[in-house]
Amino acid sequence: MRVRYFAWLRSRLNRAEEDVAVPAGVTTLNGLLDHLITLSPGHAAVFADRTILRAAINQVFADLDSAFTPTDEVAFFPPVTGG
Amino acid sequence: MSGSIASRVQAEPFEPGAELARFTKAAPGAGAIVSFTGLVRGEDHAGRALTAMTLEHYPGMTEAQVHAMTEEAARRWSLLSVLVIHRFGRLEAGAPIVFVATASPHRRAAFEAADFLMDWLKTKAPFWKLEEGAEGAEWVAAKAEDDQAAARWR
Repeated sequence: MRVRYFAWLRSRLNRAEEDVAVPAGVTTLNGLLDHLITLSPGHAAVFADRTILRAAINQVFADLDSAFTPTDEVAFFPPVTGG
Repeated sequence: MSGSIASRVQAEPFEPGAELARFTKAAPGAGAIVSFTGLVRGEDHAGRALTAMTLEHYPGMTEAQVHAMTEEAARRWSLLSVLVIHRFGRLEAGAPIVFVATASPHRRAAFEAADFLMDWLKTKAPFWKLEEGAEGAEWVAAKAEDDQAAARWR
């Protein structure tokens, strides 16, 4: 599935999105993060502190314990700083 | 609500005075109009000189979130019209970033709705600020006080 990144997650991972093969049994964003941290040391560092991570499923804010399906658009980003 | 709800998320600069004049002309019967303009400050969070700021956003989600906020404001207060403009991309110090205008029969609703919209724009619209100064670029950290301000509107 396609996973999107914004702000310092994007710049530190050096990519705005990537295709991720979601392992069987992974159904929640926390489960997806458990997989993402295994992809590279860079991923492990960026996703180490989940308290500073925010997420969206299909462009709607979602808690990390939310369930997703492989056809969803999932994005991870830091807390927003607009306005 | 008889007026219009409008929101724009754009890279192009805007002129707050011209926006307010247009908004006022399009809100006949209003007894009160409140507007807020947010500008790029000339210094960063640590007080160092800031040359510019780049606002990253989540195309699609941003527009939907901002539009939903204007509808929420119109649901909570008696408003004749609402306008929100938020820029993204690279902005020089002094440039307007955000503009909120609310029109209502009486002032309290217009003040409160504009305050509410700014608090929600700070905490519920997917924008991220990257500050550029002499020492390089740095992502702005979210402020707990912005979350506390937004929590007032539950």
